[in-house]
Amino acid sequence: MNPLASFRVAIDALKMHALRSFLAMLGVIIGVASVIVMVSVASGAGEAIEARIRALGTNVLVIFPGSFTSGGRRAGEGTALALSENDLAAIRASVPTVVGAAGMVSGSAPIVVGNSNWTTSVTGVNADYLDVRDWPLADGRSFTEAELRSGAKVVILGATTARELFGNAPALGEQVRIKNVPFTIIGTLTEKGQSGFGTDQDDTALVPLSTARRRLFGAEQTVPDNLRTIMVEVASAEAMNDTQEEIENLLRQRRHVRPGTPDDFQVRNMAEFIRARSETQSILSVLLGATAAISLVVGGIGIMNIMLVSVTERTKEIGLRMAVGARRRDILSQFLIEAVTLCVTGGLIGLLIGGSAAISMSIWGNWPIALKPGLVVIALLSAGLVGVFFGYYPARRASLMNPIDALRYE
Amino acid sequence: MPQIVAHDLVKTYCLGGSIIGALQGVNVEVERGEYLAVTGASGSGKSTFMNLIGALDTPTSGSLKIEGRELGGLGSDQLAAYRNAKIGFVFQTFNLLARTTALDNVALPLLYSRHGHAGAREKAKACLAKVGLAHREGHQPSELSGGQQQRVAIARALVNDPHILLADEPTGALDSHTTEEIIELFEELNESGITVVLVTHEPDIARRAHRRITFRDGKIVDDAS
Repeated sequence: MNPLASFRVAIDALKMHALRSFLAMLGVIIGVASVIVMVSVASGAGEAIEARIRALGTNVLVIFPGSFTSGGRRAGEGTALALSENDLAAIRASVPTVVGAAGMVSGSAPIVVGNSNWTTSVTGVNADYLDVRDWPLADGRSFTEAELRSGAKVVILGATTARELFGNAPALGEQVRIKNVPFTIIGTLTEKGQSGFGTDQDDTALVPLSTARRRLFGAEQTVPDNLRTIMVEVASAEAMNDTQEEIENLLRQRRHVRPGTPDDFQVRNMAEFIRARSETQSILSVLLGATAAISLVVGGIGIMNIMLVSVTERTKEIGLRMAVGARRRDILSQFLIEAVTLCVTGGLIGLLIGGSAAISMSIWGNWPIALKPGLVVIALLSAGLVGVFFGYYPARRASLMNPIDALRYE
Repeated sequence: MPQIVAHDLVKTYCLGGSIIGALQGVNVEVERGEYLAVTGASGSGKSTFMNLIGALDTPTSGSLKIEGRELGGLGSDQLAAYRNAKIGFVFQTFNLLARTTALDNVALPLLYSRHGHAGAREKAKACLAKVGLAHREGHQPSELSGGQQQRVAIARALVNDPHILLADEPTGALDSHTTEEIIELFEELNESGITVVLVTHEPDIARRAHRRITFRDGKIVDDAS
């Protein structure tokens, strides 16, 4: 029997019991619809998190001085001996997996222009900073070597800061005063969005490191060429942990931390924090996917049940088909095709329902939904597989009937 | 060479722990083109004998050769092909597919035939015409009388040009007038060269066959021409 004829026989048989076929399909419809919705939601959330990781700049380690302990008195983070340019140079020179390192001095400072003002985090940076953060300029230019060396009074504004001070008017070339020191705006940054910790990364202003030390945060200087923070870009995600360890060892040596005592500095792996979050996310995805898969399997059991009923009910028909020359494999494929047709039809309906549910969730619910074309293929394929898996046993049972017993069945 | 040769044919069933000998050593030869009536009380083994010839069932022991080929050595696919190509079945209860047109019922064996489907509909139409139902091809079994249904079943049996027509009590569910028509149809088919094996317990019908064999307790007790 050719496949087309088998398919027609299957369709006719299903149409004969339209309501029953639909009810049997319902399980698969719900299963496929939930697979589509759950996986779309989960991967949409995953993509949102990935976008945040990218916004942070990937493969970045952040180093800052730890807590200061003296005679049992312990102070907060950042109170220990500051880091310095020498530390930065040492890291750059002796840790080969470090591809870029940026030192920073930062603090909060009011920026004033005309009659508007905005207090933001002002960070003194060196040439590597924008590369390490993977942060392109929206407008203007970066700091020149001369400006960095001479401590020029130039500033690059973050997107939020620029908006707060100038609204939609162009900021480039304007004069602002930071801690009453006049600065010229030479550039603005592109939007980077929230950091992994939930702070607005665009609410910032960048000045040359030397300028920050000399003119803005000079009073806080405890060591020559001090640095509040060092950001290190690592060659690859795999090298992150090793690099972190190497830097820790190097700094313990340089800062004379005795073995057995805790570090007086901290190396934070930003990506790790995000990764922990995205791991939670992927566990959630797996759970959602598994729930959906279970409903698909339950749907499959429904199909199997109906197919068993159908095979029993049509025993006489099976006997007759065998009597007029149907081989076992003809009977097997007839019922298998019936089960697969049920499942794939159910899958298509489920796809429509699940797809429209996911799309309406993203439109009206503002959920981050990622409805991928691959998912459609996977959903239909798994519906078909459910049909083959749960249809096989009833079909095989039909095909193994003895012709005469089947014919005589009442 | 005879068309059907049964030698020491035995068929036993296990039924509720006890073994029932449905056929206990049957020896018979049937020539091509014969018109054979098989009679006997119910449970005598006549239907079992017919089911073995039609390869719906397999013998427990003994040999059954159809056109020189031993059925005992064939696999289930070969048996299916044999039923499809060589045998036409007619049952007491017609066994038509419900909610399927007469034409599609007649064409059913062609679905499983090796020759493909070219001209399948024409072939089925010709067979329906042969049994006088050309005008009923679009009707479903529920819209046909008993006699008409049995004619559709006969057309289905004929669609693959069988060598042997096996009919198990084909008139058992029909009135006497319709019975006469069906028996006449069998006689016509036999005259065209098809071997007809007719299982019946009605002496009037058996008498019209060229040869009558009678079963009792799984054995042939009478073989008369």
